[in-house]
Amino acid sequence: MHELSVTESILTTVLASAEKHNVTRITKIHLEVGELNDLKAEWIQYYFDTLSKDTLAENAEIIVHSKPSEFTCHDCGDVFALDLKTVSSVSCPACGGNNCSLSGGSEFYIRDMEAI
Amino acid sequence: MAKVKLIKIREEILSENKQLADKIRKDLSDKKTTLLNIMSSPGSGKTSLILKTIELLRETFSMAVIEADLDSTVDADKIAGAGIKAVQIETGGFCHVNAAMLEKAADTLDLQSLDLVILENVGNLVCPAQADTGAHINVVILSIPEGDDKPLKYPVIFKGVNAVVLNKTDYLQVAAFNRDKFWEYIRSLNPKAAQFEVSCATGEGTEKWSAWLASQLHTAAE
Repeated sequence: MHELSVTESILTTVLASAEKHNVTRITKIHLEVGELNDLKAEWIQYYFDTLSKDTLAENAEIIVHSKPSEFTCHDCGDVFALDLKTVSSVSCPACGGNNCSLSGGSEFYIRDMEAI
Repeated sequence: MAKVKLIKIREEILSENKQLADKIRKDLSDKKTTLLNIMSSPGSGKTSLILKTIELLRETFSMAVIEADLDSTVDADKIAGAGIKAVQIETGGFCHVNAAMLEKAADTLDLQSLDLVILENVGNLVCPAQADTGAHINVVILSIPEGDDKPLKYPVIFKGVNAVVLNKTDYLQVAAFNRDKFWEYIRSLNPKAAQFEVSCATGEGTEKWSAWLASQLHTAAE
């Protein structure tokens, strides 16, 4: 259900953009999605194929550019990627401190699209 | 063969929902009504915390509850039993409340007369995190039996809230739950979130929580 509202939102945005730019067919849609949002391209594509029937975006390919979860260490300033699914603590690989906070990985936007 | 054009978009996904949520937030602020969105897994204690909050703040503030529990009116009945107006959103299996659903439910309330509207979101740690409801205050509850690693497994919901409530502290004796670790995870995801430990069963810690909440309302006593 969640994927459905996300997909509807993508379709509405690209169709509005297509109209503005006077194109007749959308071929590719590039999303930039932080790892934290855990969006799977194949599911979005599945919903998109159904929702986009008989629109300019029919048959468009959805490409997800994934961004890693990033933390910043407030002690030494190091910025490091971390796979939250596998770690059991958040500590800085450079200085070992655990005064770190999340600074990237929650991106959730449509970057651009290719159209004819 | 027509030339392929690359068209820049740079727009947030779900931006329409965000725009409506911003409008709801502003309309409520104009009426001096605060909207509190409570999220958690099923069974972590959303209804219990709401009932406690009502008990502790009903003398000072006028309140209503918007219930979005899946296909059930049990929770709305419990709240109405406490003498507070409760509106049920029939989410029809939807996994979270979005701004449009909230707006429809809020329209049935006399907002002008209310200090605080509490939204009990659908029990789920994934989807509610991504849909702005228009709330001024977002809170997530985690209960001891769920385990101390949950902030790292569901980071998005913990990252975006104003407060984290750790419920069922009466289970600390019997559960292998590392409190220090849990709060360390929370701080790394969301250093600004207010932190509370409560037991809705014994009442422990609930007054500290309700005092904080009261201080956050538009109509908080100066």
